[in-house]
Amino acid sequence: MLSIFLEHDSPSLGVDFQLPIGTLSAIVGPSGSGKTSVLRAVAGLLSTEHSRVSFDKDIWADTGARYFRPAYQRPLGFVSQTFGLFPHLTAVENVEAALTHLRRRERNREAQNCLDIVGIGGLADRRPNELSGGQSQRVAMARALARKPRLLLLDEPFSALDHSTRKRLRVELKRLQDALAMTVLFVTHDLDEAAELSETLVLLRRGKVIQQGPTRELLRRPSTVEAARLMNFANLAKAEWVGFDASGITLRWGDVLLTAAEGPKSQPDDTIHWTIRTSDVFLVKDNHPNESSLGTILPAKVVEVIEMGSSALVSVIVNNSGGEVLRLQLRPGALHRHHLSKGSSVKIALHAQAIVLLDPSDASLSANQAKSKQ
Amino acid sequence: MDWNAFHLSLQLAAWTLVLLLPIGIVTGRWLAKTQTRARPWLQAFFALPLVLPPTVVGYYLLVFTGTRSPIGEFIMSWFGVSLVFSFPGLVVASILVNLPFAILPVQRAFEAVSNELHDAAACCGMTPWQTFTRIEMPLAWPGVLSAAVLTLGHTLGEFGVVLMVGGNIPGETRTLSIAIFDRVQAFDPLAAGRMAGFLLLISLVTVALGYGVLERRGPQRQKST
Repeated sequence: MLSIFLEHDSPSLGVDFQLPIGTLSAIVGPSGSGKTSVLRAVAGLLSTEHSRVSFDKDIWADTGARYFRPAYQRPLGFVSQTFGLFPHLTAVENVEAALTHLRRRERNREAQNCLDIVGIGGLADRRPNELSGGQSQRVAMARALARKPRLLLLDEPFSALDHSTRKRLRVELKRLQDALAMTVLFVTHDLDEAAELSETLVLLRRGKVIQQGPTRELLRRPSTVEAARLMNFANLAKAEWVGFDASGITLRWGDVLLTAAEGPKSQPDDTIHWTIRTSDVFLVKDNHPNESSLGTILPAKVVEVIEMGSSALVSVIVNNSGGEVLRLQLRPGALHRHHLSKGSSVKIALHAQAIVLLDPSDASLSANQAKSKQ
Repeated sequence: MDWNAFHLSLQLAAWTLVLLLPIGIVTGRWLAKTQTRARPWLQAFFALPLVLPPTVVGYYLLVFTGTRSPIGEFIMSWFGVSLVFSFPGLVVASILVNLPFAILPVQRAFEAVSNELHDAAACCGMTPWQTFTRIEMPLAWPGVLSAAVLTLGHTLGEFGVVLMVGGNIPGETRTLSIAIFDRVQAFDPLAAGRMAGFLLLISLVTVALGYGVLERRGPQRQKST
């Protein structure tokens, strides 16, 4: 496991989490959440007041034991947001700079090999100012891989690149990670990027871990209101906890009863937040029975339709639900097939498995949300 | 033409350069990277010779390194030389008045080497010394060259402090600029003019050569940063 415990005042950090070795993990959070600081602390570029960083059984930093291994002695590669290529060296010399432990002749051969791996062997003699953003990123990646690091750290590796280059390089990173079976930890503010690449996700906000877990699970089931917001869950509503039985947890949402398959325990009449992904809210035909395999069927009224190229976002208010808006994502074709427009009456299905109850212990945010609603 | 004086000026410039450049590199690099709160005071101290009249610097050197001062006595007892009215004294004075010319350009050059490159070098497995020699120095060399050119040019033309500390002893402390002053005092404008022209030419060539090298290598560096 890659084990990271960090505490620091400025920048404010308080994280304690483990990540599996040999996989691609991502730290996601908004600007100023401390993502880069975590990465720099793991690299040994930032020394925090309290820390314990270990990779497998190899301890890299332990303030309790007054031990700190400097960055140049840690077996890792690091690619920063702007790549940090040495401007006075050619591409191949940049890679050679990471191979000072080898003899000069071996150095050049190995550096050339690394450039070949990332697909820019032909640009070996170019200086950084003669390389495009994508090419610079590859040189930085080749340099980071040159020492055969046990851990590869990437700080917003694709943020300085254009959309198509970014997409191409994401695929290549995935391919490279699969081929080398390396542990990769990258930070990004782009949730889609993290979702696409990572197997494990850590959500960070204000220097604290909000939620952590396998990416698929985490993207489906945020545990708190804050996590749901960070992951751009467009549907966030409040309901009363009624009780639970074998079929799941029953909630009262306005005058409507909903069932959630699982969730945190609470007391009857307690207010609880719940969420559902826009892609998990289904539109059903008028003659559909009220209970079906699709979940609870509810009548609703369309209040807004926004078409956005390959998808459409439809906002509805479920009858007798108390007026909170639910959003669902449709293909434009479905939009026209159902003749949807503002004011249309529809039926939607909410499946118990798709309804995610959020931890009531996240009280501060609940209070903030209540304030903002007022 | 006083060739002895010219030879002494060259010797003084060479000794100053050889001794001062390492001091300039170490101090300039340290000032560029240090977080100490005393930095403005230290910078002000090193820049003092730029704003103080040479006579003031010379006066304090005489006071603190004279044979009756503790420092003067110490140097005399350990090295057997006096720093007043002697060539070693001229070198020490020259080093002190040239501190800003050797430190400031180097400091600016090291400040321009971004922390990101330091981080990248550390993550490449480079020790701090390797980072200094392989990354920082190659990027900061225009600043070091500027410092060398300015120090050389300034030493060749230094007058006030040299006169205060060294006086005007032929073959010992009479540099070319002192010799020019001496010839003017002796109503020998022809010799003074010849030496002044020669000094002007040497200084111009030195500075022009320095700028020439910077110009040729400068754009490449600028493009690549």
